[in-house]
Amino acid sequence: MDYILKEREKQVAFAGINTATIECNKESLAGSVSQRACVFCGSRVVLYPIADALHLIHGPIGCAAYTWDIRGSLSSGPELHRLSFSTDLQERDVIFGGIDKLNAAMEELIDLHHPKAAFIYTTCIVGVIGDDVESACKQMALRKGIPVIPVQAPGFQGSKKDGYKVACEALFQLVGTINKPTPKYSINILGDFNLAGELWILLEYYKKMGIHVNATITGDGRVEDICNAHNASLNVVQCSGSMNYLAQMMKKEYGIPSMRVSYFGIEDMSDALYDVASFFKSEEMMTKAKELVREEFTRLMPQLKWYKERLQGKKAAIYVGGAFKAISLIKALRLIGVQTVIVGSQTGTTEDYELIKKLCDEGTIIVDDSNPVELSHFVKEKHADIFIGGVKERPIAHKIGLGFCDHNHERKEALAGYEGMMNFAREIYATAMSPVWQFTK
Amino acid sequence: MEKQYISTRNACKLCAPLGASVALKGIEGCVPLIHGSQGCATYIRRYMISHYKEPVDIASSNFSEAATVYGGSRNFITGINNIIRQYNPKVIGIASTCLSATIGEDLPGLIRDYKEANKDKELPTFINVSTASYCGSHIDGFHNTLLAAIKSLATDKLKGDYINIFPGFVSPADIRYLKEVLDDFGIKYILFPDYSETLDNEHWKDYQLIPQGGTPLSDIMRTGGAKATIEFGNVFNKGAVKSNAGRIQTAGEWLENEFGVKNYSIGMPIGIKSSDSFFNILSEISQKSVPEKHRKERGRLIDAYVDAHKYVFGKRAMIFGEEDLVLSLAGFLKEIGIEPALIGSGGNSSLLRSEVEKLFDQAEVPISVLSGSDFETMREQAEELNPDILIGNSKGYYIARERKIPLVRLGFPIHDRFGAARLHHIGYRGTQELFDRIVNALIEYKQENSPVGYKYI
Repeated sequence: MDYILKEREKQVAFAGINTATIECNKESLAGSVSQRACVFCGSRVVLYPIADALHLIHGPIGCAAYTWDIRGSLSSGPELHRLSFSTDLQERDVIFGGIDKLNAAMEELIDLHHPKAAFIYTTCIVGVIGDDVESACKQMALRKGIPVIPVQAPGFQGSKKDGYKVACEALFQLVGTINKPTPKYSINILGDFNLAGELWILLEYYKKMGIHVNATITGDGRVEDICNAHNASLNVVQCSGSMNYLAQMMKKEYGIPSMRVSYFGIEDMSDALYDVASFFKSEEMMTKAKELVREEFTRLMPQLKWYKERLQGKKAAIYVGGAFKAISLIKALRLIGVQTVIVGSQTGTTEDYELIKKLCDEGTIIVDDSNPVELSHFVKEKHADIFIGGVKERPIAHKIGLGFCDHNHERKEALAGYEGMMNFAREIYATAMSPVWQFTK
Repeated sequence: MEKQYISTRNACKLCAPLGASVALKGIEGCVPLIHGSQGCATYIRRYMISHYKEPVDIASSNFSEAATVYGGSRNFITGINNIIRQYNPKVIGIASTCLSATIGEDLPGLIRDYKEANKDKELPTFINVSTASYCGSHIDGFHNTLLAAIKSLATDKLKGDYINIFPGFVSPADIRYLKEVLDDFGIKYILFPDYSETLDNEHWKDYQLIPQGGTPLSDIMRTGGAKATIEFGNVFNKGAVKSNAGRIQTAGEWLENEFGVKNYSIGMPIGIKSSDSFFNILSEISQKSVPEKHRKERGRLIDAYVDAHKYVFGKRAMIFGEEDLVLSLAGFLKEIGIEPALIGSGGNSSLLRSEVEKLFDQAEVPISVLSGSDFETMREQAEELNPDILIGNSKGYYIARERKIPLVRLGFPIHDRFGAARLHHIGYRGTQELFDRIVNALIEYKQENSPVGYKYI
C-alpha cells in the first residue's frame, strides 16, 4: 500500500479482531485531494433545506454559485431556498470593507422576498477583512422584525464537520423563540433533508403510529417550526454527524432527550420506529409499529429475495459523508446478497469506525477522509463490483468499470424507508447487471 | 427601467479558480493545486465532474486557521510534497484564491523557496496564476492562466513553420474538430489548452492518476517561435481587473508584443460569416484553399439555413453565458433571422455593449444587453421581453421551465443533460449541429403545443 501517504497511514484500518484503531477527526492533509469540502459547505448543506428562509452568502461569487440549488431537498411549500444570493464581493469591497454592501443586500432581499428569517453566511475572506457581520445582522433583525442570523463559516476554520456545528449553533438561535400548543406524542426529526421526498415517506410512518411530527430539521423545514422545536418530547436524530450537536444543546437547555436512528435499510428503519414507540411507552403505538413493519416485510421480502438470488457474490465499496449511514448501507447490502469490501467516510468518528470493524467481514478496508488515488487502488485490490458514493466518486468508479449508486445529497431517488430500500435494491441491481460491463472487462 | 439590485441573485458566472482549473487540465501531465481552503478545490471538482463526467483531481493546500494567520507556506510545501508523492506530475499548476490573495500570499516567492530547498531533486515545472475570485469571473481565470503559462514558459529560441491556436473556453468536441480542420489544411499547430482528452477520455482498464492528453510543456515553450497565433474572442480577460495597473493582455497579444508572433484575434467561429473568417485565415496561413470536405460542410450548412429559415425567422431569443460566447451566438442568430432580445452575461468587462453595437445597427432590433448580470435579472426581463427560446448553459433551465419555452443548452455548465463534452458548436460542422438543435427545439415546441398531432411539420 505504498500509494498511501505516510501521514495518512493510520487513517486506514481493517476489519477483524486485534486490528488497530483508526485515526479520524483530523484536518485533511494538504495536497492529498480530499473528497471533503469546507466549513462553509458543512453549514450550507445543513441549513439549505429551510425553505422559507433567505440564505445570503457574504463573499465573492464562487461560494454562492457552487451551492445554488445544490441538494435535492424538496419543499411542500415555499422554495426560497432554491435561489442563490450573494454579495458578490469585488476588489474594492475587500479593500474598503463589505458591510455596506451586505446591509444593502439584506435590505433589498428581505423587502423583495419577505422571508421568515435570514441566514447570513460569512466566507473565508469575510473572516479576514473583519466585517462585523454579527452586529449588522442584529441591527437588520430589529429593523425588519425577523431573525437575521449570522452563520460564521469561513472555510478555513476547520472541516466540513465544523460547519455542521456552526449550522447547529445558528439553528439553536431560533429554537425556543415561539411557543405553540404541541401534542403529547410529538417528535422533531433531525438530520433528514427530504432528499427526493424521503421525509414525506417517514412522516407517513409516524402518522400511522399516531405520532405528531413537530419540526423537521431541516428537510422541508420552516422557520416557525424550528422556533417551536423545544416543545417536542423527543429529538429523533439521523445523520448524527450533522445534527447531534443541536440535539445535545436542546437537551441541555430544554431537557429534550434524543435518540440516534437511521432510516436506511429495513432493519434500521424498523428499529427506528420501535425505538420511538418504546420511548413513549405506548403499547398502542408499538402495536401499530409492529403492524406497519409486518406489512412492509410481507410486501418487501419476496422482492428482496429475488434481488438477493441475482446479486449474491457481488462486492461493494462504500464511501459516503457520514459513517453512521455507512453502517446502515452495509446491512442493507447484506440483505440483497452484496458483500461490503471497502467502507469509508469523510467525517466518521472513532465509535462509528469501531462498529464498522465489528460489522464487516475480516479484511474489509476501512478508511477515513480518503482520496481518488487510494479509492482507485482499494477497489482494484478488493475486486469491488459496485461503488456507493457521491458525485465526486462516480467518475472514478465508472472509469475503471464499476457500477455506481449515488447515495449523496444530490440523489433524485428516495433511498430511505421501506420504499427506499426497494429503490436501493433496484438501483444496485440495475448498475450491477447492466450489459455494458461486457465492454469494459 | 426596473430596480437594480446590489446583490447577485442566481449568478451567471463562476469564480476565477474554476476557469484556471479547466485551463490547467489542458496541460499535459498537470495537477492543479488551489492555494486556499479545502472547499474551493472540492466545489470546483464537483462542478466540473457534473459537466464533463470525468475524474477531475484538483489538490488543495487546505488552509487552516493557523495558515490564515501565519501564512500558508507550510501547507504549500506539504501540498506540493504530497502531490509529487501521489501523482509524480510533470507540471503543478497553482491557482490562488480570494483567501490566499487577501492575506497576501506570495506564490512566486513560495515556489522560489520550494525550488531552492529541493534543488537536488528533479522537480515538476511550476505554473502559477493569480485568481482571486473578487477579480473578474471564471473566464478571466481561464485566460489569465493561459497568459501566465505562456509568460513563464514561452521562448522564441526555436522558430518553426507552425501556428498557435488558442480557442478559449470551448468544448472537448470543439477542440477535436479544430485539430481535424488544421490537419486537413496541413497546418502544424500548437493548440492550447487542449483538454479534449483529459476532460473527455476513453474508458480505462487501470485508473490513470493523471489522464492522458493535454498540451505538452515543450509545445507551450515553442509558442514564442510560431509564425502566427489565432485566438478566439473579442473580450477575453480584458476587462478583468479594472483596478490593476497596466493593461491585461491576452496570450496572443503578449506573444505578438514579446516575440512578434502575428496575432489573429477573431470571434469564436459560430455561424457562416465568422467561420468564413476563420477558414480564410487558415487559407492565408497555409496558402491553400479550403479543403473540399469543409467546403461541402459549408454548403450543406447554407442548404440547411435555407430549408429551415421559416422555422426560425422572427423568433426572439434570450442568450446568456460568457461574453465571448454570447457575442458569437448573437452574430450567428443574426445570420438566421432570430432576434437576440436579450444578451446577458455575468462577465463585466464593460465591452459587451460596444461589441454588440458593432454587430447590430441600433435601429435594427431593440436588444437588452446585460453585462455583469445574473439569472434573476434576466428572468424579470424575460417577463417583458417574452422570448421564444433560451440559448445558454443549463442554469437558465428554471427560466425556460417557468416560461414553458425551450432551452437549447450550450457552454458551461450543463448539469442536466448527458454528453456536454461532446456538444460541438464551432466551425461549419459545429454550427450545423447547433442550428439543427435550435430548429428542432422550435419545431418540437410548435408540435407539442399544437392541438393537431401533426406528423409532418
